[in-house]
Amino acid sequence: MKVLVTVKEVAEAADDFEISGIEIEEGYLEYDLNEWDDYAIEEAVQLSEQRDDVETVGVTIGPERSEETIRMALAKGIDRAVRVWDDAIERQDLLDVDAKARLLEAVVEAEDPDLVLSGVQANDDSFGATGVALARQLGFQWAAVVNRMELSDDDTIANVRRELEGGVEELTEIDMPAVLTIQTGINEPRYASLRGIRQAQSKEIDVQSLDDLGLGEEAVEGELDLTSMYEPVSESDAEIFEGDPDETAGKLAAVLQEKGVGAQ
Amino acid sequence: MSAVLAVADHRRGALRDVSFELLAAGRELADALGGEFHVAVIGGDVESFAEELNREGVDVVHTVDEGEEFNHDVYVQAVEALCEEVDATAILSPNSVNGLDYAPAVANGLSIPLVTDAIALAYEDGLEVTREMYGSKVETTVEVDDDRFFVTIRSGEWPAVEGRGDASIEPFEFELDESAVGSRVQGFEEVGEGDVDISDADVLVSVGRGIEEEENLEIVEALADALDATLSASRPVVDNGWLPKNRQVGQSGKVVSPEVYIAVGISGAVQHVAGMKGAKTIVAINTDPNAPIFDIADYGIVDDLFEVVPELTEQFE
Ligand SMILES: Cc1cc2nc3c(=O)[nH]c(=O)nc-3n(C[C@H](O)[C@H](O)[C@H](O)COP(=O)(O)OP(=O)(O)OC[C@H]3O[C@@H](n4cnc5c(N)ncnc54)[C@H](O)[C@@H]3O)c2cc1C
Repeated sequence: MKVLVTVKEVAEAADDFEISGIEIEEGYLEYDLNEWDDYAIEEAVQLSEQRDDVETVGVTIGPERSEETIRMALAKGIDRAVRVWDDAIERQDLLDVDAKARLLEAVVEAEDPDLVLSGVQANDDSFGATGVALARQLGFQWAAVVNRMELSDDDTIANVRRELEGGVEELTEIDMPAVLTIQTGINEPRYASLRGIRQAQSKEIDVQSLDDLGLGEEAVEGELDLTSMYEPVSESDAEIFEGDPDETAGKLAAVLQEKGVGAQ
Repeated sequence: MSAVLAVADHRRGALRDVSFELLAAGRELADALGGEFHVAVIGGDVESFAEELNREGVDVVHTVDEGEEFNHDVYVQAVEALCEEVDATAILSPNSVNGLDYAPAVANGLSIPLVTDAIALAYEDGLEVTREMYGSKVETTVEVDDDRFFVTIRSGEWPAVEGRGDASIEPFEFELDESAVGSRVQGFEEVGEGDVDISDADVLVSVGRGIEEEENLEIVEALADALDATLSASRPVVDNGWLPKNRQVGQSGKVVSPEVYIAVGISGAVQHVAGMKGAKTIVAINTDPNAPIFDIADYGIVDDLFEVVPELTEQFE
Protein backbone atom coordinates (compact mmCIF):
# COMPACT_ATOMS: atom_id res chain seq x y z
CA MET A 1 0.00 0.00 0.00
CA LYS A 2 1.06 3.58 -0.51
CA VAL A 3 0.83 6.37 2.07
CA LEU A 4 1.14 10.00 1.04
CA VAL A 5 2.05 12.51 3.72
CA THR A 6 1.53 16.22 3.22
CA VAL A 7 4.34 18.22 4.74
CA LYS A 8 4.55 21.95 5.18
CA GLU A 9 7.41 24.21 6.00
CA VAL A 10 6.07 26.80 8.39
CA ALA A 11 7.45 30.15 9.39
CA GLU A 12 7.77 31.11 13.01
CA ALA A 13 8.10 34.72 14.13
CA ALA A 14 10.95 35.68 16.42
CA ASP A 15 10.18 37.08 19.88
CA ASP A 16 10.59 40.59 18.53
CA PHE A 17 9.69 41.16 14.92
CA GLU A 18 8.62 43.79 12.46
CA ILE A 19 5.90 43.79 9.90
CA SER A 20 6.22 45.42 6.55
CA GLY A 21 3.08 45.56 4.49
CA ILE A 22 1.30 42.24 4.78
CA GLU A 23 4.34 40.24 5.80
CA ILE A 24 6.61 39.74 8.75
CA GLU A 25 10.02 40.90 7.59
CA GLU A 26 12.09 37.99 6.37
CA GLY A 27 14.90 38.45 8.91
CA TYR A 28 12.47 37.78 11.78
CA LEU A 29 11.22 34.48 10.44
CA GLU A 30 12.55 31.04 11.13
CA TYR A 31 11.47 28.07 9.09
CA ASP A 32 10.68 24.67 10.44
CA LEU A 33 8.73 21.51 9.80
CA ASN A 34 5.11 22.01 10.84
CA GLU A 35 4.66 20.39 14.26
CA TRP A 36 1.50 18.48 13.28
CA ASP A 37 3.11 17.13 10.10
CA ASP A 38 5.96 15.69 12.15
CA TYR A 39 3.44 13.37 13.81
CA ALA A 40 1.88 12.50 10.43
CA ILE A 41 5.32 11.57 9.10
CA GLU A 42 5.99 9.39 12.14
CA GLU A 43 2.66 7.62 11.73
CA ALA A 44 3.48 6.83 8.10
CA VAL A 45 7.01 5.66 8.90
CA GLN A 46 5.78 3.42 11.71
CA LEU A 47 3.26 1.87 9.35
CA SER A 48 6.01 1.14 6.83
CA GLU A 49 8.12 -0.43 9.57
CA GLN A 50 5.30 -2.65 10.77
CA ARG A 51 4.54 -4.04 7.33
CA ASP A 52 6.68 -4.75 4.34
CA ASP A 53 4.33 -3.63 1.60
CA VAL A 54 4.19 0.06 2.47
CA GLU A 55 5.68 2.85 0.41
CA THR A 56 5.66 6.35 1.87
CA VAL A 57 5.79 9.56 -0.15
CA GLY A 58 6.05 13.07 1.24
CA VAL A 59 4.61 16.00 -0.68
CA THR A 60 5.13 19.65 0.01
CA ILE A 61 4.01 22.85 -1.67
CA GLY A 62 6.87 25.26 -1.22
CA PRO A 63 9.81 27.19 -2.64
CA GLU A 64 13.31 25.77 -2.97
CA ARG A 65 14.11 26.63 0.65
CA SER A 66 11.48 24.14 1.78
CA GLU A 67 13.60 21.26 0.45
CA GLU A 68 15.34 21.43 3.79
CA THR A 69 12.07 20.57 5.48
CA ILE A 70 11.06 17.81 3.11
CA ARG A 71 14.54 16.35 3.56
CA MET A 72 13.78 16.12 7.26
CA ALA A 73 10.87 13.88 6.32
CA LEU A 74 13.22 11.76 4.17
CA ALA A 75 15.76 11.61 6.97
CA LYS A 76 13.06 10.31 9.29
CA GLY A 77 12.28 7.48 6.91
CA ILE A 78 9.86 8.72 4.24
CA ASP A 79 10.81 6.92 1.00
CA ARG A 80 10.38 9.62 -1.63
CA ALA A 81 9.54 13.32 -1.85
CA VAL A 82 7.63 15.55 -4.23
CA ARG A 83 7.81 19.33 -4.12
CA VAL A 84 5.24 21.42 -5.93
CA TRP A 85 6.18 24.96 -6.88
CA ASP A 86 5.57 27.47 -9.59
CA ASP A 87 5.92 31.20 -10.22
CA ALA A 88 2.15 31.42 -10.22
CA ILE A 89 2.11 30.03 -6.67
CA GLU A 90 4.85 32.42 -5.61
CA ARG A 91 2.67 35.33 -6.71
CA GLN A 92 -0.13 34.43 -4.29
CA ASP A 93 0.07 36.12 -0.92
CA LEU A 94 -2.39 33.63 0.50
CA LEU A 95 -2.83 30.26 -1.12
CA ASP A 96 -6.36 29.38 -0.20
CA VAL A 97 -7.61 26.01 0.97
CA ASP A 98 -9.12 24.99 -2.35
CA ALA A 99 -6.01 25.95 -4.27
CA LYS A 100 -3.95 23.71 -2.00
CA ALA A 101 -6.50 20.96 -2.40
CA ARG A 102 -6.33 21.22 -6.20
CA LEU A 103 -2.54 21.04 -6.20
CA LEU A 104 -2.48 18.09 -3.85
CA GLU A 105 -5.25 16.39 -5.78
CA ALA A 106 -3.07 16.41 -8.87
CA VAL A 107 -0.25 14.78 -6.89
CA VAL A 108 -2.62 12.20 -5.44
CA GLU A 109 -3.85 11.37 -8.91
CA ALA A 110 -0.32 10.77 -10.10
CA GLU A 111 0.70 8.77 -7.02
CA ASP A 112 -2.54 6.90 -6.36
CA PRO A 113 -2.09 6.38 -2.59
CA ASP A 114 -4.43 4.33 -0.39
CA LEU A 115 -4.06 6.66 2.53
CA VAL A 116 -3.18 10.33 2.87
CA LEU A 117 -1.93 11.68 6.20
CA SER A 118 -1.87 15.36 6.86
CA GLY A 119 -1.34 17.53 9.95
CA VAL A 120 -4.43 18.93 11.71
CA GLN A 121 -3.25 22.45 10.99
CA ALA A 122 -0.22 24.43 9.92
CA ASN A 123 1.25 26.48 12.70
CA ASP A 124 1.65 29.65 10.62
CA ASP A 125 -1.70 30.25 8.90
CA SER A 126 -3.65 27.72 11.03
CA PHE A 127 -6.48 27.26 8.57
CA GLY A 128 -6.85 23.65 9.67
CA ALA A 129 -8.76 22.76 6.54
CA THR A 130 -6.52 21.39 3.82
CA GLY A 131 -6.85 17.69 4.63
CA VAL A 132 -10.64 17.63 4.69
CA ALA A 133 -10.92 19.83 1.58
CA LEU A 134 -8.50 17.53 -0.22
CA ALA A 135 -10.56 14.48 0.72
CA ARG A 136 -13.70 16.01 -0.72
CA GLN A 137 -11.86 17.12 -3.82
CA LEU A 138 -10.71 13.52 -4.32
CA GLY A 139 -13.93 11.82 -3.34
CA PHE A 140 -12.02 10.10 -0.49
CA GLN A 141 -13.33 9.64 3.01
CA TRP A 142 -11.68 11.55 5.85
CA ALA A 143 -11.38 12.25 9.57
CA ALA A 144 -10.14 15.41 11.25
CA VAL A 145 -8.09 15.57 14.46
CA VAL A 146 -7.08 11.92 14.70
CA ASN A 147 -5.07 10.77 17.71
CA ARG A 148 -5.15 7.03 17.06
CA MET A 149 -5.44 5.05 13.86
CA GLU A 150 -5.58 1.38 13.08
CA LEU A 151 -6.14 -0.09 9.64
CA SER A 152 -8.20 -3.22 9.13
CA ASP A 153 -6.32 -6.29 7.87
CA ASP A 154 -7.61 -5.85 4.34
CA ASP A 155 -6.93 -2.08 4.35
CA THR A 156 -10.53 -1.20 3.60
CA ILE A 157 -11.27 0.51 6.89
CA ALA A 158 -9.41 2.90 9.17
CA ASN A 159 -10.51 2.78 12.79
CA VAL A 160 -9.72 6.16 14.22
CA ARG A 161 -10.08 8.07 17.43
CA ARG A 162 -10.89 11.74 16.97
CA GLU A 163 -9.98 14.07 19.77
CA LEU A 164 -12.93 16.34 20.50
CA GLU A 165 -13.03 19.15 23.03
CA GLY A 166 -12.99 18.68 26.79
CA GLY A 167 -11.28 15.30 27.07
CA VAL A 168 -13.86 13.45 24.97
CA GLU A 169 -12.78 11.23 22.11
CA GLU A 170 -14.87 9.85 19.29
CA LEU A 171 -14.34 6.36 17.90
CA THR A 172 -15.10 6.22 14.21
CA GLU A 173 -14.81 3.82 11.34
CA ILE A 174 -13.74 5.36 8.04
CA ASP A 175 -13.89 3.69 4.64
CA MET A 176 -10.61 3.80 2.75
CA PRO A 177 -9.10 5.39 0.72
CA ALA A 178 -9.09 8.23 3.19
CA VAL A 179 -7.38 11.40 4.29
CA LEU A 180 -6.69 11.60 8.02
CA THR A 181 -5.55 14.79 9.71
CA ILE A 182 -3.16 13.86 12.48
CA GLN A 183 -3.14 15.41 15.94
CA THR A 184 -0.01 15.81 18.05
CA GLY A 185 0.45 13.17 20.72
CA ILE A 186 -0.64 10.26 18.49
CA ASN A 187 2.94 8.94 18.61
CA GLU A 188 6.41 10.06 19.55
CA PRO A 189 8.10 11.57 16.51
CA ARG A 190 11.67 10.35 16.14
CA TYR A 191 14.71 12.48 15.67
CA ALA A 192 16.38 12.01 12.34
CA SER A 193 19.52 9.92 12.74
CA LEU A 194 22.82 11.17 11.37
CA ARG A 195 22.75 8.33 8.89
CA GLY A 196 19.21 9.28 7.90
CA ILE A 197 20.22 12.88 7.40
CA ARG A 198 23.20 11.86 5.26
CA GLN A 199 21.08 9.59 3.12
CA ALA A 200 18.38 12.21 2.73
CA GLN A 201 20.93 14.67 1.34
CA SER A 202 21.56 12.48 -1.64
CA LYS A 203 17.94 11.66 -2.38
CA GLU A 204 16.35 13.34 -5.35
CA ILE A 205 13.33 15.55 -4.79
CA ASP A 206 10.81 15.40 -7.58
CA VAL A 207 9.91 19.03 -8.35
CA GLN A 208 6.58 19.52 -10.10
CA SER A 209 5.32 22.73 -11.69
CA LEU A 210 1.68 23.49 -12.46
CA ASP A 211 2.37 22.44 -16.01
CA ASP A 212 3.85 19.12 -14.90
CA LEU A 213 0.70 18.51 -12.87
CA GLY A 214 -1.51 19.32 -15.83
CA LEU A 215 -2.88 22.43 -14.16
CA GLY A 216 -3.24 25.97 -15.40
CA GLU A 217 -2.48 29.15 -13.48
CA GLU A 218 -6.13 29.55 -12.58
CA ALA A 219 -5.77 26.50 -10.32
CA VAL A 220 -4.02 28.63 -7.70
CA GLU A 221 -5.99 31.80 -8.06
CA GLY A 222 -8.09 31.88 -4.96
CA GLU A 223 -10.79 34.15 -3.66
CA LEU A 224 -8.98 35.28 -0.55
CA ASP A 225 -6.74 38.33 -0.34
CA LEU A 226 -4.63 39.12 2.64
CA THR A 227 -5.20 42.85 3.06
CA SER A 228 -3.50 43.73 6.32
CA MET A 229 -1.28 42.38 9.05
CA TYR A 230 -0.60 44.08 12.33
CA GLU A 231 0.39 43.39 15.89
CA PRO A 232 -2.80 43.03 17.86
CA VAL A 233 -3.53 45.87 20.22
CA SER A 234 -3.01 44.31 23.57
CA GLU A 235 -5.95 44.75 25.87
CA SER A 236 -3.70 43.61 28.62
CA ASP A 237 -3.29 45.58 31.78
CA ALA A 238 -0.76 43.13 33.09
CA GLU A 239 1.66 44.46 35.63
CA ILE A 240 5.09 43.46 34.37
CA PHE A 241 7.73 43.21 37.08
CA GLU A 242 11.07 44.67 36.07
CA GLY A 243 14.53 43.86 37.31
CA ASP A 244 16.87 40.95 37.90
CA PRO A 245 15.35 37.53 38.52
CA ASP A 246 15.71 37.87 42.28
CA GLU A 247 13.95 41.24 42.24
CA THR A 248 11.14 40.18 39.92
CA ALA A 249 10.64 36.93 41.79
CA GLY A 250 10.53 38.91 45.05
CA LYS A 251 7.88 41.28 43.75
CA LEU A 252 5.79 38.44 42.38
CA ALA A 253 6.14 36.52 45.65
CA ALA A 254 4.81 39.52 47.55
CA VAL A 255 1.74 39.68 45.33
CA LEU A 256 1.14 35.95 45.60
CA GLN A 257 1.53 36.03 49.38
CA GLU A 258 -0.98 38.82 49.57
CA LYS A 259 -3.41 36.55 47.76
CA GLY A 260 -2.79 33.88 50.35
CA VAL A 261 -0.77 31.60 48.09
CA GLY A 262 1.59 29.30 49.95
CA ALA A 263 0.09 30.22 53.30
CA GLN A 264 -1.01 26.58 53.94
CA MET B 1 -32.62 37.80 -0.67
CA SER B 2 -29.36 36.89 0.95
CA ALA B 3 -29.66 34.55 3.86
CA VAL B 4 -27.12 33.58 6.47
CA LEU B 5 -27.20 29.95 7.54
CA ALA B 6 -25.52 29.00 10.82
CA VAL B 7 -25.10 25.37 11.83
CA ALA B 8 -25.21 24.68 15.56
CA ASP B 9 -22.87 22.27 17.35
CA HIS B 10 -24.11 19.76 19.88
CA ARG B 11 -22.74 16.67 21.53
CA ARG B 12 -24.18 13.90 23.67
CA GLY B 13 -27.53 15.52 24.13
CA ALA B 14 -26.48 19.12 24.71
CA LEU B 15 -25.89 22.14 22.52
CA ARG B 16 -22.37 23.43 22.91
CA ASP B 17 -21.95 26.98 24.28
CA VAL B 18 -20.34 28.22 21.09
CA SER B 19 -23.65 27.59 19.30
CA PHE B 20 -25.16 30.56 21.12
CA GLU B 21 -22.17 32.73 20.24
CA LEU B 22 -22.70 31.65 16.66
CA LEU B 23 -26.16 33.23 16.87
CA ALA B 24 -24.57 36.62 17.61
CA ALA B 25 -22.12 36.36 14.72
CA GLY B 26 -24.87 35.18 12.37
CA ARG B 27 -27.31 37.94 13.24
CA GLU B 28 -24.58 40.54 12.89
CA LEU B 29 -23.70 39.27 9.43
CA ALA B 30 -27.33 38.93 8.36
CA ASP B 31 -27.91 42.59 9.31
CA ALA B 32 -24.87 43.68 7.33
CA LEU B 33 -26.04 41.68 4.33
CA GLY B 34 -29.62 42.77 4.76
CA GLY B 35 -30.96 39.24 4.87
CA GLU B 36 -32.62 36.64 7.02
CA PHE B 37 -30.85 34.63 9.64
CA HIS B 38 -31.42 30.88 9.53
CA VAL B 39 -30.08 28.36 12.00
CA ALA B 40 -29.81 24.65 11.38
CA VAL B 41 -29.55 21.88 13.90
CA ILE B 42 -28.76 18.42 12.59
CA GLY B 43 -29.20 15.21 14.54
CA GLY B 44 -30.03 14.48 18.17
CA ASP B 45 -33.14 15.78 19.88
CA VAL B 46 -33.73 18.43 17.24
CA GLU B 47 -37.07 19.54 18.67
CA SER B 48 -35.68 20.58 22.01
CA PHE B 49 -32.49 21.94 20.46
CA ALA B 50 -34.67 24.12 18.22
CA GLU B 51 -36.50 25.47 21.26
CA GLU B 52 -33.20 26.42 22.83
CA LEU B 53 -31.87 27.97 19.65
CA ASN B 54 -34.96 30.09 19.24
CA ARG B 55 -33.29 33.18 20.61
CA GLU B 56 -33.32 36.84 19.78
CA GLY B 57 -32.54 37.65 16.16
CA VAL B 58 -33.11 34.19 14.73
CA ASP B 59 -35.65 34.12 11.88
CA VAL B 60 -35.90 30.40 11.19
CA VAL B 61 -34.60 27.26 12.87
CA HIS B 62 -34.38 24.26 10.56
CA THR B 63 -34.42 20.90 12.26
CA VAL B 64 -32.84 17.97 10.45
CA ASP B 65 -33.86 14.80 12.22
CA GLU B 66 -31.06 12.58 11.03
CA GLY B 67 -29.09 10.43 13.48
CA GLU B 68 -28.15 11.03 17.10
CA GLU B 69 -24.66 12.41 16.90
CA PHE B 70 -22.45 14.26 14.50
CA ASN B 71 -21.58 12.38 11.34
CA HIS B 72 -19.71 14.44 8.78
CA ASP B 73 -21.27 12.75 5.76
CA VAL B 74 -24.75 13.52 7.03
CA TYR B 75 -23.77 17.09 7.90
CA VAL B 76 -22.22 17.67 4.49
CA GLN B 77 -25.32 16.48 2.67
CA ALA B 78 -27.75 18.27 4.97
CA VAL B 79 -25.90 21.59 4.91
CA GLU B 80 -25.53 21.54 1.14
CA ALA B 81 -29.22 20.77 0.69
CA LEU B 82 -30.25 23.45 3.18
CA CYS B 83 -27.94 25.97 1.62
CA GLU B 84 -29.75 25.47 -1.65
CA GLU B 85 -33.17 25.54 -0.01
CA VAL B 86 -32.63 28.89 1.72
CA ASP B 87 -30.31 30.26 -0.97
CA ALA B 88 -27.64 31.05 1.61
CA THR B 89 -25.02 33.64 0.87
CA ALA B 90 -23.06 32.83 3.98
CA ILE B 91 -22.67 29.64 5.97
CA LEU B 92 -21.30 29.85 9.49
CA SER B 93 -20.20 27.17 11.89
CA PRO B 94 -18.12 27.03 15.04
CA ASN B 95 -14.41 26.49 14.48
CA SER B 96 -14.73 23.36 16.58
CA VAL B 97 -13.23 19.94 16.00
CA ASN B 98 -16.47 18.89 14.33
CA GLY B 99 -16.75 22.16 12.42
CA LEU B 100 -13.34 21.48 10.98
CA ASP B 101 -14.47 17.95 10.11
CA TYR B 102 -17.16 19.10 7.66
CA ALA B 103 -16.84 22.83 6.83
CA PRO B 104 -13.90 22.36 4.43
CA ALA B 105 -15.81 19.58 2.67
CA VAL B 106 -18.94 21.69 2.24
CA ALA B 107 -16.99 24.71 1.00
CA ASN B 108 -15.11 22.52 -1.43
CA GLY B 109 -18.28 20.81 -2.62
CA LEU B 110 -20.09 24.10 -3.19
CA SER B 111 -16.96 25.71 -4.67
CA ILE B 112 -17.15 28.62 -2.27
CA PRO B 113 -14.25 30.11 -0.31
CA LEU B 114 -13.67 29.09 3.29
CA VAL B 115 -12.15 31.21 6.03
CA THR B 116 -11.59 29.45 9.33
CA ASP B 117 -11.16 30.63 12.89
CA ALA B 118 -12.59 34.13 12.43
CA ILE B 119 -12.36 36.49 15.40
CA ALA B 120 -14.29 39.34 13.75
CA LEU B 121 -16.36 39.87 10.62
CA ALA B 122 -17.10 43.04 8.71
CA TYR B 123 -19.25 43.39 5.66
CA GLU B 124 -19.48 46.38 3.41
CA ASP B 125 -19.00 45.70 -0.27
CA GLY B 126 -17.66 42.32 0.55
CA LEU B 127 -16.71 40.21 3.48
CA GLU B 128 -13.64 41.03 5.52
CA VAL B 129 -12.55 38.50 8.10
CA THR B 130 -10.13 39.14 10.95
CA ARG B 131 -8.03 36.18 11.97
CA GLU B 132 -4.74 35.46 13.65
CA MET B 133 -1.53 33.98 12.29
CA TYR B 134 1.84 32.84 13.63
CA GLY B 135 0.48 31.50 16.89
CA SER B 136 -1.56 34.62 17.66
CA LYS B 137 1.44 36.91 17.27
CA VAL B 138 -0.22 38.87 14.47
CA GLU B 139 -3.72 39.68 13.37
CA THR B 140 -4.65 39.80 9.72
CA THR B 141 -7.60 40.82 7.64
CA VAL B 142 -8.63 38.66 4.74
CA GLU B 143 -10.91 39.93 2.02
CA VAL B 144 -13.20 37.43 0.40
CA ASP B 145 -13.62 38.00 -3.28
CA ASP B 146 -16.83 36.09 -3.78
CA ASP B 147 -20.45 36.75 -2.96
CA ARG B 148 -20.87 33.42 -1.18
CA PHE B 149 -18.64 32.03 1.53
CA PHE B 150 -18.24 29.71 4.51
CA VAL B 151 -16.75 31.07 7.73
CA THR B 152 -15.96 29.20 10.93
CA ILE B 153 -15.88 31.31 14.07
CA ARG B 154 -13.62 31.02 17.10
CA SER B 155 -15.38 30.39 20.37
CA GLY B 156 -15.29 33.14 22.98
CA GLU B 157 -15.18 36.01 20.46
CA TRP B 158 -18.89 36.81 20.24
CA PRO B 159 -21.26 37.12 23.18
CA ALA B 160 -23.75 34.32 23.64
CA VAL B 161 -27.25 35.40 22.61
CA GLU B 162 -29.59 34.97 25.57
CA GLY B 163 -33.05 36.46 24.97
CA ARG B 164 -35.92 34.30 23.70
CA GLY B 165 -36.86 34.78 20.07
CA ASP B 166 -39.85 34.22 17.83
CA ALA B 167 -38.31 32.16 15.07
CA SER B 168 -40.37 29.76 13.05
CA ILE B 169 -39.24 26.21 13.55
CA GLU B 170 -39.27 24.20 10.36
CA PRO B 171 -38.44 20.54 9.94
CA PHE B 172 -36.22 20.07 6.91
CA GLU B 173 -36.42 16.80 5.06
CA PHE B 174 -34.01 15.68 2.47
CA GLU B 175 -33.12 12.42 0.82
CA LEU B 176 -29.97 11.16 2.53
CA ASP B 177 -27.75 9.33 0.07
CA GLU B 178 -26.73 6.40 2.25
CA SER B 179 -24.20 5.20 -0.29
CA ALA B 180 -22.23 8.41 0.25
CA VAL B 181 -21.94 7.82 3.97
CA GLY B 182 -18.46 6.42 4.42
CA SER B 183 -17.91 6.97 8.12
CA ARG B 184 -19.64 5.52 11.15
CA VAL B 185 -19.28 6.88 14.66
CA GLN B 186 -18.96 3.93 17.04
CA GLY B 187 -18.91 5.68 20.38
CA PHE B 188 -17.18 8.02 22.74
CA GLU B 189 -14.52 7.72 25.38
CA GLU B 190 -13.65 10.01 28.23
CA VAL B 191 -9.99 10.41 28.84
CA GLY B 192 -7.73 11.71 31.51
CA GLU B 193 -9.20 10.64 34.83
CA GLY B 194 -6.53 9.95 37.40
CA ASP B 195 -4.91 10.80 40.68
CA VAL B 196 -5.67 14.51 40.76
CA ASP B 197 -8.38 16.71 39.39
CA ILE B 198 -6.71 19.93 38.30
CA SER B 199 -10.10 21.59 37.94
CA ASP B 200 -10.45 21.43 41.74
CA ALA B 201 -7.20 23.21 42.53
CA ASP B 202 -7.08 26.74 43.93
CA VAL B 203 -3.56 27.38 42.72
CA LEU B 204 -2.07 25.86 39.57
CA VAL B 205 1.54 26.01 38.49
CA SER B 206 1.30 25.20 34.81
CA VAL B 207 4.30 24.30 32.70
CA GLY B 208 4.76 24.56 28.95
CA ARG B 209 7.24 23.75 26.22
CA GLY B 210 9.61 26.39 27.59
CA ILE B 211 10.75 23.76 30.10
CA GLU B 212 12.57 21.97 27.26
CA GLU B 213 13.38 18.64 28.95
CA GLU B 214 11.61 16.20 31.20
CA GLU B 215 14.41 16.45 33.81
CA ASN B 216 13.73 20.17 34.14
CA LEU B 217 10.21 19.53 35.40
CA GLU B 218 11.82 19.29 38.84
CA ILE B 219 12.13 23.03 39.09
CA VAL B 220 8.40 23.63 38.55
CA GLU B 221 7.55 20.72 40.82
CA ALA B 222 9.59 22.41 43.51
CA LEU B 223 7.68 25.64 42.96
CA ALA B 224 4.33 23.85 43.09
CA ASP B 225 5.40 22.18 46.36
CA ALA B 226 6.51 25.44 47.90
CA LEU B 227 3.25 27.14 46.92
CA ASP B 228 1.16 24.17 47.96
CA ALA B 229 -0.14 24.24 44.41
CA THR B 230 -1.09 21.60 41.84
CA LEU B 231 1.01 21.02 38.74
CA SER B 232 -0.68 21.27 35.35
CA ALA B 233 0.64 21.66 31.82
CA SER B 234 0.11 22.76 28.26
CA ARG B 235 -0.23 20.20 25.54
CA PRO B 236 3.37 19.64 24.38
CA VAL B 237 4.39 18.54 27.89
CA VAL B 238 1.61 15.94 27.85
CA ASP B 239 2.25 14.94 24.21
CA ASN B 240 5.84 14.21 25.22
CA GLY B 241 4.58 11.93 27.94
CA TRP B 242 6.20 13.98 30.72
CA LEU B 243 2.90 14.40 32.54
CA PRO B 244 -0.34 12.41 32.24
CA LYS B 245 -3.24 13.61 30.13
CA ASN B 246 -5.33 14.55 33.17
CA ARG B 247 -2.88 17.42 33.80
CA GLN B 248 -3.54 19.06 30.43
CA VAL B 249 -5.23 22.44 30.48
CA GLY B 250 -7.02 23.58 27.35
CA GLN B 251 -9.54 22.93 24.64
CA SER B 252 -8.93 19.22 24.49
CA GLY B 253 -7.80 18.94 28.08
CA LYS B 254 -9.47 20.38 31.16
CA VAL B 255 -11.10 23.72 31.75
CA VAL B 256 -9.84 25.18 35.00
CA SER B 257 -10.74 28.29 36.98
CA PRO B 258 -8.39 28.49 39.96
CA GLU B 259 -7.76 31.54 42.10
CA VAL B 260 -4.22 31.75 40.74
CA TYR B 261 -2.81 30.29 37.51
CA ILE B 262 0.93 30.57 36.99
CA ALA B 263 1.87 29.89 33.36
CA VAL B 264 5.55 28.99 33.12
CA GLY B 265 7.00 28.87 29.59
CA ILE B 266 3.57 28.74 27.97
CA SER B 267 2.90 30.92 24.92
CA GLY B 268 -0.85 31.15 25.37
CA ALA B 269 -2.09 29.54 22.16
CA VAL B 270 -5.83 29.90 21.71
CA GLN B 271 -6.48 26.23 22.48
CA HIS B 272 -4.60 26.58 25.73
CA VAL B 273 -6.26 29.83 26.72
CA ALA B 274 -9.66 28.23 26.13
CA GLY B 275 -8.99 26.15 29.21
CA MET B 276 -7.69 28.74 31.65
CA LYS B 277 -8.96 32.20 30.84
CA GLY B 278 -11.46 31.87 33.69
CA ALA B 279 -8.68 31.87 36.29
CA LYS B 280 -9.07 34.75 38.71
CA THR B 281 -5.45 35.83 38.67
CA ILE B 282 -3.14 34.88 35.82
CA VAL B 283 0.63 35.10 36.14
CA ALA B 284 2.96 34.53 33.18
CA ILE B 285 6.68 33.87 33.16
CA ASN B 286 8.00 33.93 29.62
CA THR B 287 11.06 35.18 27.76
CA ASP B 288 8.97 36.48 24.85
CA PRO B 289 7.38 39.86 25.63
CA ASN B 290 5.04 39.34 22.67
CA ALA B 291 3.76 35.96 23.82
CA PRO B 292 -0.06 36.08 23.70
CA ILE B 293 -0.26 34.83 27.28
CA PHE B 294 0.66 38.36 28.40
CA ASP B 295 -2.55 39.66 26.82
CA ILE B 296 -4.61 37.87 29.41
CA ALA B 297 -2.13 37.91 32.29
CA ASP B 298 -2.56 40.09 35.37
CA TYR B 299 1.09 39.87 36.38
CA GLY B 300 4.09 39.02 34.28
CA ILE B 301 7.81 38.48 34.30
CA VAL B 302 9.59 38.69 30.97
CA ASP B 303 12.61 36.54 31.72
CA ASP B 304 14.14 33.10 31.63
CA LEU B 305 12.10 30.66 33.67
CA PHE B 306 15.27 28.81 34.66
CA GLU B 307 16.41 31.93 36.47
CA VAL B 308 13.10 33.15 37.83
CA VAL B 309 11.40 29.97 39.00
CA PRO B 310 14.11 28.85 41.46
CA GLU B 311 14.23 32.38 42.89
CA LEU B 312 10.49 32.37 43.32
CA THR B 313 10.56 28.96 44.97
CA GLU B 314 13.17 30.19 47.41
CA GLN B 315 10.90 33.04 48.47
CA PHE B 316 8.38 30.51 49.73
CA GLU B 317 10.72 28.08 51.43
C1 LIG C 1 -7.41 20.82 17.90
C2 LIG C 1 -6.34 21.29 18.84
C3 LIG C 1 -6.51 21.12 20.21
C4 LIG C 1 -5.53 21.57 21.11
N1 LIG C 1 -5.73 21.43 22.47
C5 LIG C 1 -4.82 21.96 23.33
C6 LIG C 1 -5.02 21.89 24.75
O1 LIG C 1 -6.00 21.34 25.25
N2 LIG C 1 -4.09 22.45 25.55
C7 LIG C 1 -2.96 23.08 25.07
O2 LIG C 1 -2.15 23.58 25.86
N3 LIG C 1 -2.74 23.12 23.74
C8 LIG C 1 -3.63 22.58 22.87
N4 LIG C 1 -3.37 22.62 21.53
C9 LIG C 1 -2.02 23.03 21.08
C10 LIG C 1 -1.82 24.52 21.01
O3 LIG C 1 -2.18 24.96 19.71
C11 LIG C 1 -0.32 24.87 21.22
O4 LIG C 1 0.48 24.14 20.33
C12 LIG C 1 0.17 24.59 22.64
O5 LIG C 1 -0.72 25.11 23.60
C13 LIG C 1 1.54 25.23 22.82
O6 LIG C 1 2.03 24.92 24.10
P1 LIG C 1 3.13 25.82 24.80
O7 LIG C 1 2.62 27.17 25.04
O8 LIG C 1 3.64 25.05 25.98
O9 LIG C 1 4.32 25.81 23.72
P2 LIG C 1 4.83 26.98 22.78
O10 LIG C 1 3.74 27.60 22.03
O11 LIG C 1 5.97 26.40 22.03
O12 LIG C 1 5.35 28.06 23.81
C14 LIG C 1 6.48 27.92 24.62
C15 LIG C 1 6.70 29.26 25.29
O13 LIG C 1 7.78 29.14 26.18
C16 LIG C 1 8.55 30.32 26.12
N5 LIG C 1 9.89 29.97 26.58
C17 LIG C 1 10.83 29.23 25.95
N6 LIG C 1 11.93 29.12 26.70
C18 LIG C 1 11.69 29.81 27.85
C19 LIG C 1 12.45 30.07 29.02
N7 LIG C 1 13.69 29.57 29.19
N8 LIG C 1 11.90 30.83 29.98
C20 LIG C 1 10.64 31.34 29.85
N9 LIG C 1 9.89 31.11 28.75
C21 LIG C 1 10.40 30.35 27.77
C22 LIG C 1 8.51 30.75 24.69
O14 LIG C 1 8.75 32.13 24.58
C23 LIG C 1 7.06 30.38 24.31
O15 LIG C 1 6.19 31.48 24.49
C24 LIG C 1 -4.34 22.18 20.62
C25 LIG C 1 -4.18 22.34 19.24
C26 LIG C 1 -5.16 21.90 18.36
C27 LIG C 1 -4.96 22.11 16.90
